[in-house]
Amino acid sequence: MAVYKRAYRGYAGALTPAWSRFLVLYRFARSSQSRSKIQTVFFVLCFFFPLLCLLGIYANYHLSAFAFLGRRAGPFLNIDGSFFLVYLSVQSGLSFILTAFVGPGLVSPDLANGALTLYLCRPLSRTEYVLGKISVLVITLSWITWVPGLVLFFVQASLSGWQWMTDNIWLANAILWGSFIWILLLAMLALALSAWIKWRIAAGALLLATFFVGAGFAQAVNAVLRTKQGYLLDISRLVSIIWQDLLRQGGDQPLPVTEAWIAVLVLAGLCLLLLMRKVKAAEVIR
Amino acid sequence: MSHSNRSAAIAFEPQNDARSVLAASGASPVIELRGLSVRLGKREVLRDVTCSFSGRTIGLLGPNGAGKSTLINTLLGFWPASAGSARIFGSDIRSEAKKIRALIGYMPENDAFISNMTAVSFIRLMAELSGLPSEMALERAHEALFYVGLGEARYRKLGAYSLGMKQLAKLAQAIAHGPKLLILDEPTNGLDPPARQRMIRLVREMRDSREMHIVLCSHLLRDVEETCEEVVILKQGRVVHYANLEDERRLNRRFLELEVQGDANLFAEAAESLGCECAPGALNRLKLVLAESVEIADIYRIAAEQNVQLRRLNFRRDTLEDIFLKAMENRDGRL
Repeated sequence: MAVYKRAYRGYAGALTPAWSRFLVLYRFARSSQSRSKIQTVFFVLCFFFPLLCLLGIYANYHLSAFAFLGRRAGPFLNIDGSFFLVYLSVQSGLSFILTAFVGPGLVSPDLANGALTLYLCRPLSRTEYVLGKISVLVITLSWITWVPGLVLFFVQASLSGWQWMTDNIWLANAILWGSFIWILLLAMLALALSAWIKWRIAAGALLLATFFVGAGFAQAVNAVLRTKQGYLLDISRLVSIIWQDLLRQGGDQPLPVTEAWIAVLVLAGLCLLLLMRKVKAAEVIR
Repeated sequence: MSHSNRSAAIAFEPQNDARSVLAASGASPVIELRGLSVRLGKREVLRDVTCSFSGRTIGLLGPNGAGKSTLINTLLGFWPASAGSARIFGSDIRSEAKKIRALIGYMPENDAFISNMTAVSFIRLMAELSGLPSEMALERAHEALFYVGLGEARYRKLGAYSLGMKQLAKLAQAIAHGPKLLILDEPTNGLDPPARQRMIRLVREMRDSREMHIVLCSHLLRDVEETCEEVVILKQGRVVHYANLEDERRLNRRFLELEVQGDANLFAEAAESLGCECAPGALNRLKLVLAESVEIADIYRIAAEQNVQLRRLNFRRDTLEDIFLKAMENRDGRL
């Protein structure tokens, strides 16, 4: 198929490892997103709060630097579960908005004009396709959630000493798992909506509605039925319960943590089911 | 292509025939179906299909709903077989689906593109998914687009392409990774005559490159006739006919229709004396089956000797349309 010959020739060269093919989807989706200036700017803005936290942690241990202000005070930040709960809450909000930008455009363009057939007629399974698409969100959201979260943890550990780190290693675990469950939930929801709603603006709007309408509906159910089980419909509340448990922030929880975990996993499973129903190479026309 | 080196082989039930034909040809089959049935919902779309072919270009013909696309989708592993088995290059479609797909290029019938991608990016993506390293995929994407005639439009978004250009882009993505088996599902759908000619020429060129086998699925007999060596006709989910077009053409070359001016009987006797079979018709018309040793020049010679004018001489051509219609007449849908 040389250009100058305009003749067909086969290919007998090296092939990439089969396991790595799903990363091709990540690479192409990422390069497509990086062309959007709004997304790029927002992605950069997502690092503002972690940077602020970093400065706060640094300042906490270098109060002498502020001596010129004439103030003498003890550490003004308590780096514990509550600090990281605030951190996760802020970053989760930002990651939610970023998902609303990125998520709807992941699957819908492939379904809109039947390109899925071309993906799946290659040595790429449906699972790998979903893995490739979900990795776009997982990797992107990781950069603004648990990665800077762990950086903050280790900066704090380096400033406080080895003892603090060993005493608080559970915090790192909580940041990682807390972020991961949030990312998984967002990614599943976004992909499922992207698969079922071809118009990406509508899919983005529905993603927002799922959270806000769900929260409203949960309150309505609680009020009408005089129960707290309505919170099972409030995704952000469910995740918040899990985070509070992971970060050992006690208090009166509206639902048991186990129920929150089950509800979140059921929701993720449901999204996966919806997604796999749409991710097919060919539709049967009855 | 000479008949002697052709590896085409096809057989219908009983299966022993298929084995014997293949054994005789000494060729390993490209596609081998054994009692393949496919059920979609409650409907059995393919029924007990047993055939095996190893030619370079195979035409898959049949009326709408005959099961052509279902067969292709099953071969690609999109739909599971409810019974029987299918092998491509000796690999089972169920247990070795990925291995098979790595060898296949598929051009689907319907739209299949990502509208906001440029053609070169899209084809590069597809080539990379087939396993080509990134730089090689880019190089092959450019080459494939130039090859199909979209070189100048390769940086345009696919959504802005015309229907004919989209068809060519689909072909480019199917060949970019250098498949061993190219499956073309209605490749000339919606093309104007020049675009159709171009597509047919490309298919012929790829066939003649001998780098790949081609399965061309179409309801347009002319497309199949112009590009394929073998034809399989499907009807109601069954294979109802197989034709080796090369053999058909060879046979047709020995069959003449004549109209003469003069003594037709004398001419017929002279032809028979050469070993030809002759069937006189009305109005000095004759049908002649030429003996192996007899050439057309001999016919002219005996006409001159008998003082008979040849007013018309036609090769009786059993067109693919005739073959197709005969296959469709078969009421029970089986051979």
